[in-house]
Amino acid sequence: MITDLLIDGRQQILMLYTRSSALDSETIAWAFYDGTGATTHYAGDSSEVPFASALVAMQAGWRVLQVSQLNPPYPGSEYQTSYLPFEVMLEKWVKFDGN
Amino acid sequence: METNPVARKDLLSTADMARFVARGFLRFDGIVPNDINQDFLELVVNGAVFSHPHGTPLYDCYQQCSPVKAMLKLPKVAGIIQSLVGLNPTFDHHAVHHCPPGQLVAQDTHADSIIDTREAAFDIQLMYYPHEVTACMGGTRYVPGSNFRRINEMAIARYQNIVGQQHVVCPAGTLLVMHHGIWHGGGRNQSDESRYMLKIRLNPTCRQVLLWNTDDLAESSVGPAAIFDPDAYRHKDRVQTIFERSEKWFPLDESRLETVNRIRLWRALVGDPQFDGHYWLSRVENQPQ
Repeated sequence: MITDLLIDGRQQILMLYTRSSALDSETIAWAFYDGTGATTHYAGDSSEVPFASALVAMQAGWRVLQVSQLNPPYPGSEYQTSYLPFEVMLEKWVKFDGN
Repeated sequence: METNPVARKDLLSTADMARFVARGFLRFDGIVPNDINQDFLELVVNGAVFSHPHGTPLYDCYQQCSPVKAMLKLPKVAGIIQSLVGLNPTFDHHAVHHCPPGQLVAQDTHADSIIDTREAAFDIQLMYYPHEVTACMGGTRYVPGSNFRRINEMAIARYQNIVGQQHVVCPAGTLLVMHHGIWHGGGRNQSDESRYMLKIRLNPTCRQVLLWNTDDLAESSVGPAAIFDPDAYRHKDRVQTIFERSEKWFPLDESRLETVNRIRLWRALVGDPQFDGHYWLSRVENQPQ
């Protein structure tokens, strides 16, 4: 893994939002940011879930950088919904050929 | 200018209102006749659709813009407006959306205005599509059931795609009526034609209680039923059944919270603080003294 960082590479970030805190729960939303500049993604560009779950993405070589904490609801706001609660940030370090 | 109530048949039904509460939108394909659409397009292309100060009574607006005035006066359209925000709503603002051909990016998903903490009142946004919108024209993208989520405007821009998101593909003269909280964004127009849409935000001036055609309210709102009894969930036009329906993108632990949010708004709309669906709120409100 460390050797990956020594190559001239760029980071790709995949954000997956899952149905529960379990990494094998279904993907319900996603975003992709490509540090190589080879692809561009934008709001509404796909209806196809890239990976059925974060676990499936891990099995495809994506590394988990961060997952959401489980926070208790604020008193008085127990029924209030807001941002998607289960966010999994994943990365790939890919070789950059300068093009 | 006072307006006259529309005929009851032109008001929304109880099931329509429940669907609006649950999913945050109602869509009416081709509800505006083509002559109005053509007249509107002629004005909008020439930049001749002018706005009004917020707070102006709706039916004092668009006196110099006959297609919009005519659209708002259509009995079905007036009935939709009256059902949701009453007989004399006020104009908040409008936006004439023009998406030129060959756009490279889409508008990020967002909710309009700022965080809105109202629990018993809501604004509506009329989205009027005067011409056919094809898939490659990037019609409005929206997320059903997002209306109760308290987020601030563009903070959700990171959510590029959400399971179940809708893209407006519609015939000319379609009206999409949205709760103010719905997450949405303009799509990327990849066609070689301009896309136009007029969005008008309306504010209520009365309590939004029983404004629709309530003739079917008693038969559409049946409770209490035995919890987990399959029959209680079988009637698709029953308010309690509509409120139980989860969106594909709801986190597992929030489907029931969204049902609670729907019940709370419905309590305000029917003026019944005891209304419940499947015991969700009554259970947690039970505090014997």
